[in-house]
Amino acid sequence: MSDKYLFQAIDVSKRFANHTALNKVSISVPDNSIYGLLGPNGAGKTTLIRIINMITGPDEGKLLFHGEPLRSQHISNIGYLPEERGLYKKMKVGEQAIYLARLKGLSRSEALSQLKFWFEKFDIIEWWHRKVEELSKGMQQKVQFIVTILHKPQLLIFDEPFSGFDPINVNIIKEEILNLKSQGTTLIFSTHNMASVEELCDHIALINRSEKVLEGSVKDIKNKFRSNTFELLLANCQQDIKPYLSTGIDLIAQTREDELLSIKVKLHDTISSNMLLQTLMPVAEIQSMHEITPTMNDIFIQTVEANELINGSNRNDLE
Amino acid sequence: MSKISLIIHREYLTRVRKRSFIIMTILGPLLMAALMIVPVYVAQMSGQDNKIAIIDETGIFFNKFKNSENITFENVYCDLESAKTLLKDGGFYALLYIQKTNATLPSSAVLYSGKQVNIMAKSYIEDVMKKEIEGLKLAASGIDQKILDSAKSNISLLTIKLDKEGKEEKSYTEISMVIGMFSGILIYFFIFFFGAQVMRGVIEEKTSRIVEVIVSSVKPFELMLGKIIGVALVGLTQFLLWVILTFGIFTVFQTVYSKDLNKLKTQSIYNSKAISTEQILNESGQSDVTEVFDAISSVNFVLIIASFLFYFLGGYLLYAALFAAVGAAVDSEADTQQFMLPLTIPLIFSIIMAQYVINNPDGQLSFWLSIVPLTSPIIMMIRIPFGVSPLELSLSMILLVLGFLGTTWIAAKIYRVGILMYGKKVDYKELRKWITYKS
Repeated sequence: MSDKYLFQAIDVSKRFANHTALNKVSISVPDNSIYGLLGPNGAGKTTLIRIINMITGPDEGKLLFHGEPLRSQHISNIGYLPEERGLYKKMKVGEQAIYLARLKGLSRSEALSQLKFWFEKFDIIEWWHRKVEELSKGMQQKVQFIVTILHKPQLLIFDEPFSGFDPINVNIIKEEILNLKSQGTTLIFSTHNMASVEELCDHIALINRSEKVLEGSVKDIKNKFRSNTFELLLANCQQDIKPYLSTGIDLIAQTREDELLSIKVKLHDTISSNMLLQTLMPVAEIQSMHEITPTMNDIFIQTVEANELINGSNRNDLE
Repeated sequence: MSKISLIIHREYLTRVRKRSFIIMTILGPLLMAALMIVPVYVAQMSGQDNKIAIIDETGIFFNKFKNSENITFENVYCDLESAKTLLKDGGFYALLYIQKTNATLPSSAVLYSGKQVNIMAKSYIEDVMKKEIEGLKLAASGIDQKILDSAKSNISLLTIKLDKEGKEEKSYTEISMVIGMFSGILIYFFIFFFGAQVMRGVIEEKTSRIVEVIVSSVKPFELMLGKIIGVALVGLTQFLLWVILTFGIFTVFQTVYSKDLNKLKTQSIYNSKAISTEQILNESGQSDVTEVFDAISSVNFVLIIASFLFYFLGGYLLYAALFAAVGAAVDSEADTQQFMLPLTIPLIFSIIMAQYVINNPDGQLSFWLSIVPLTSPIIMMIRIPFGVSPLELSLSMILLVLGFLGTTWIAAKIYRVGILMYGKKVDYKELRKWITYKS
């Protein structure tokens, strides 16, 4: 088990004076995965991330790194790119990068050779002697990204890594993230950008109102949220397909474009997709059919709203 | 290199390389040296060619004005108007006109000059005239000049402290006063100036949002301590450079102008005697000089320098931690006002009380102010040159160390929470909550 998970939080709670930031949250981050930490603003993601980084300690709960209790020695195995990030404005880029790398435990020469490599790769070597305040926001972000990954940590934590990047740089960073994963790094990834979650993450946890409401691999979660909804494109059929559908098949929408009829149907649990085809084959020519899988965005909204509803009704019960 | 020394290294280097640091380091000694040199130089300049013409219609003061290196007197025998043209044509620095009046003795005279008259010349003339007229008046009432001379006396009060073993020690109040006040003010300045630098450094890290990146590598406490120590080293460097440069400039000046200076020294000794102790035995002048040397050598410089460094650092550390906490609690420098007040009050209070402590270095209030850590760095430094018992000194030092450990402990708790808190209006109630948070 300890080999399977690089990092685990077990029943972690953190309370501040007048609110609970985390309430018995447990997450398990599989080794060499990209783990999405999702949740609305103020749900407690940043607190959890700070606890993983040992910036603050939990009031209760256990934290395991490679199966052993998280200690300050693990700091050099963790890289963190916070959401609120910046650099010393008056300091020179190169000098600052070396300083931050050495704080993570690299020697001066190690830091220098690593930085050379990355600065050349990102094509910012000519900025080495410039002051940070002369750099554009995007360039600063690049420097920050380099500094975060420079010490080759086993666990990387990115909080909204793409904010402040233009689309071209977002792609460069995405590429690097996938590269890092292929080299064996584990990444925890907190974002509101659901498209990038879909693209990159293997596992996710959804945190709402200080509690974890959903966790698992993206595949499993998508499976769980399948609604048995299909979209079909039909040719040579009647204006209205509804009368031909047997019970257990609900028509959600139909639209006609020239000769083609596009329909969306939801199947009851008793009906399989083959049964749907059998029903339709006599009345229309089926050009295409595919299942509509829920997007992470849908899952996020659906789960959070359902959770709000429960919370809301609980509150009503109390009153 | 450990992480905290990396932080110290950065804090130190970025500040020492700043243009403002270099300018301050050069300007400071120049100003100090100027303070010492300019008055000497000005005195020397004005002492070059001061010939004063005298028209004495009364004849009382004939040959009474003695020539000195600075001033030479010359009697002219013409009317006022032609003497004035003489003054204008040059040759004379000033023209002293003593008019004959109906009264037997004159009570006023006029000094004409092209420029503002040198204060030394003015007071010398006044002094000579006063003495002469006093002498004449006393003689007129039948008192012999000889009796007068023998009645004149010069008292210099020698104060001797008796310590417990009955050992005698000469005490020199003036020197103690100067040393005490100077070191007290220096500590006050150091705490404010470099404490504020710590605070600004914390605010900079907070507003530039780098702080979260750094505290993911080091503990907030290490970051705070590194900054405080780094800035302290900057302060010590600046102080040391000031001392070296000031003495350097002064020594260069002294060697270049040493001849003139020596002349000036004998001059001033001569002058002071001419003014106040004209008829006193020559020996007294000699003993004045040895007295000054005695006074200086009586000062326990090892104790003063050692305790200065201790209170200099201790006081700074005590306050710097609090300044760091203030920086962490706010979002911008404009918001610091409300938290700065409790820090500035004990410091300003110490400076206000300085005069009282100098007057009563062993009073009750002086004792307590030099024991309480918030005021002790300044007040104890003022008291030390007057002599403080080792027991009191060690009590004050121990309390200062405890005090700075205490403030650092509290400040670290505020700092730890504050640096990651944005956009929140923080008040004292909030700060109290932060102190109680678990780490």
